[in-house]
Amino acid sequence: MRELSLHILDILENSRKAKADKIELQISENPGKNSFIIIIADNGKGIKKELLENITDPFVTSRTTREVGLGLSLFKNAAERTNGDFEIKSKKGRGTVVRAEFEYDNIDRAPLGDIATTISNFIAANGEELEIIYEHSFADEKFEFDSREIKKELDDLSIQSSAIVSWIQEYLAENIKEIRGGEAF
Amino acid sequence: MKSLAELKELRDKVKKDMKKRDQGTRPEIIVGMGTCGIAAGAREILKAILEEVETRDIDVRVTQTGCIGMCEKEPLIDVRMPGKERITYGNLSTSDVKEIISKHVINGNVVQELVIARHSE
Repeated sequence: MRELSLHILDILENSRKAKADKIELQISENPGKNSFIIIIADNGKGIKKELLENITDPFVTSRTTREVGLGLSLFKNAAERTNGDFEIKSKKGRGTVVRAEFEYDNIDRAPLGDIATTISNFIAANGEELEIIYEHSFADEKFEFDSREIKKELDDLSIQSSAIVSWIQEYLAENIKEIRGGEAF
Repeated sequence: MKSLAELKELRDKVKKDMKKRDQGTRPEIIVGMGTCGIAAGAREILKAILEEVETRDIDVRVTQTGCIGMCEKEPLIDVRMPGKERITYGNLSTSDVKEIISKHVINGNVVQELVIARHSE
C-alpha cells in the first residue's frame, strides 16, 4: 500500500466485518522520538486464539473463512521494514487491538496519506452502523474526533448524508493540518 | 476553522436531503473494500461516487463490502436499483463511476461494457 492511511482503511474494514459498533483509531506522530504509532481498537467479535497465533501469516490464513486475508500481513510488513513493531491482541467476543509502530524518519516508512478522506469515506459508507473515535497527536499537539458528538448535533439527519460527510472531511483535514503545523499529509 | 456549532445550521439546510435507513426504495451502490479493492484504488472510487452523488444531489445509499472473491477485477462496485437485479461492475476508473451514475443510477440504463456479473435476488 502506498499510504499508511490505506492500511488503516483496510483494518477498519476488518473491524466492520467483525461487527464492531465502536472503533477507536489513535495516530501518534512523534518526530522527536523518531516514532509513528497507529493503534486501531474495536469491540467486534474478536479472533479465536488458534487463529490469532498465525494471523499475520498469509499462507496459514484460510481463505474460506474470510476473517482475515493479506491485510494484516501487509500492515505488519510495512511496520517491520522500518525497524518498527507490530502487535495484534484479541479476545473472542470482546474485540481486537492492532498496534503498529514505525520509525518516523525511516526511508521505507510510507507517508500517512489522506487520512481525512479515509475516515470521512468510511463514515459515508458505515457511519449509521458504528461509531468512530479518532485521536491524532503530533508532538505535543492533539486533535480528537468522536462521531457520537457529530450525531448529537444532527438529530434525525443521517451522518451518511453527503453534505455532512463533506463537512466532516473538511473538518478533519483542517484540524489535522493544524496539529501537523501546516501539512495535512 | 470549522466548529461543531456549524453542524446545526448545516443540518437544518439538508434535513430534506436524506432520511435515515430507508433502504429498498433508494438505489444502492456498494463498493468492494477488501485489501484487494483498497490496493486497486477503491478509496478513490468511493470518493468519486460520493462527489458525484453530492454534485448531482441524488438520493443514493452508498455502502461498502469486503472481498467478494473477484480480486483481479477490483476495483468493483455493485449497483442495486429498487426492484431490479444487482449489477456488478469491475476494473473501474473514476471516470467509469461518473458514467455508471449518470447512465444507470439516474437513467436506469445498465452500462453493458463494464458489467462483470449480474445477480437476481
